[in-house]
Amino acid sequence: MLIRKSDPNAIPSSEITPRSVYMNRRTFMAAGALGAAALAADRFLLAMAPEPVQADTKLATVPSPLSAKGLTPTSFYDITHYNNFYEFGPNKDDPARYAGRLKTRPWTVEVDGLVKKKKVFDIDALLKLRPLEDRVYRFRCVEAWSMVIPWVGYSLSELIKQCEPLSSAKYVQFTSVDRPGQEPGISEVNLDWPYTEGLRMDEAMHPLTMLTLGLYGQLLPNQDGAPVRVVVPWKYGFKSAKSIVKVKFVKDQPGTTWNEMASYTYGFYSNVNPNVDHTEWSQKTQRVIGAPFWKQLEPTLMFNGYGDQVASLYKGMDLNKYF
Amino acid sequence: MSNRVVIVLKALVHIACLAPIAWLIFHLIENTLGPDPTHAAAFFTGRGTLRLLVITLAITPVRKLVPKLGWIIRFRRMMGLYAFFYACLHLLTYVWLYSGFSLAAMIDDISQRKFITAGLAAWFLMLPLALTSTAWSIRKLGGKNWNRLHRLVYVAAISGVIHYWWGVKQGVRTPLTITVALCIVLAARPVLAWAKRQSAAEVPAERSI
Repeated sequence: MLIRKSDPNAIPSSEITPRSVYMNRRTFMAAGALGAAALAADRFLLAMAPEPVQADTKLATVPSPLSAKGLTPTSFYDITHYNNFYEFGPNKDDPARYAGRLKTRPWTVEVDGLVKKKKVFDIDALLKLRPLEDRVYRFRCVEAWSMVIPWVGYSLSELIKQCEPLSSAKYVQFTSVDRPGQEPGISEVNLDWPYTEGLRMDEAMHPLTMLTLGLYGQLLPNQDGAPVRVVVPWKYGFKSAKSIVKVKFVKDQPGTTWNEMASYTYGFYSNVNPNVDHTEWSQKTQRVIGAPFWKQLEPTLMFNGYGDQVASLYKGMDLNKYF
Repeated sequence: MSNRVVIVLKALVHIACLAPIAWLIFHLIENTLGPDPTHAAAFFTGRGTLRLLVITLAITPVRKLVPKLGWIIRFRRMMGLYAFFYACLHLLTYVWLYSGFSLAAMIDDISQRKFITAGLAAWFLMLPLALTSTAWSIRKLGGKNWNRLHRLVYVAAISGVIHYWWGVKQGVRTPLTITVALCIVLAARPVLAWAKRQSAAEVPAERSI
């Protein structure tokens, strides 16, 4: 597959925003109410900031039976302008501003640790490894907000199988890219870089767990974890490592960034669970991103609504203890 | 300052304080406040409360520093009441948008989460000040007692800023500006009192020469 990185004639991602969102923005810009000028100035500054460059990145995809039905995806604009991606800064709009600095080509993902076949996958090889599927998943951030995201990719198990992990491999650790020169948040935010995440082997092999290369039918925008990330829809968003460069199979439960930062509130499992609160806020409810204010609040679903598929992974476990 | 000018200025202050609320309601209804309108409304009203509190607290030191501006005392009650009005709207975003009016959820929050506790404490500290803002209350309490009671505003403002810091994520420094502003208007009080004592002490010294 030929991917042009910074074709000056390319359509920027902002042009692909759904029409309804665009129309909304226009009416909102036109609104003459007091203060609109201030907000317009804000938009202007946002437009001035370096926006991630997206080349013509339409992907050939197939539908997936694992796609959640009857859900309306969050707008492309919100999915790409409301992000937690601390490598680019702690604020929600930092990734949209600064993620364009990350060079996502060339890119390789190294598979290491307890496997028969240690491999280095080029990003183009990953794009061709399996047919790319459209999968609409619920997304739940630990901060009690939620989205519906049409991801593109395939089950992570497809990659794992190719590497033939040894029977001693009980966990998988993911490492995100660590380039302070391209990721301004790394020097600004006091976390133990590089960002690492981990899953138990059976979680990583679960068909719902995705190796994700795109969303809305195109290559991943940088602020959403380009060029390749993991998506685990029944866990809080931070478990889904972004911009990964390494996948390592290990015997013992690996260290993970947020767990090491504050293990009392960010558990290793971090399954979406309305009955276990974060220390700073309740997890019983969540706010739907993009919904009008009177429809934002909704109850949190156990395992983010994926209980039928994943509850058996945790049979016999005390989820209040292993949160 | 003539009464007429003060009346015109007061009208302008009313507009400056109410227009942002009209703007907020308009954008809430249109759903043009961004991806998370609940958070945007809470942030907007919370930030407004703290700004108005700092403006209220700036009036006394500014008067002492610039005697010509003595007349701005006539705006202090108004600014304080607007700060409380914004605090009520801020509390409403919590009770309605975050908690869905669920008493159980709120009791849970207040008992477990220090940032909610600090915010609620700040609101409760402002409540008696708003209730005793009338001339009748001042007469009834007596100026001395009234002044003593209204010193609670310092505690309320400090609680509000602590609530802000506890409410943002680690690494986020947005509360810094308002914190510095509050520190300045609070520190101005002892500093100006000290300067006054100094100059009072100097006068007799000069005389004795």
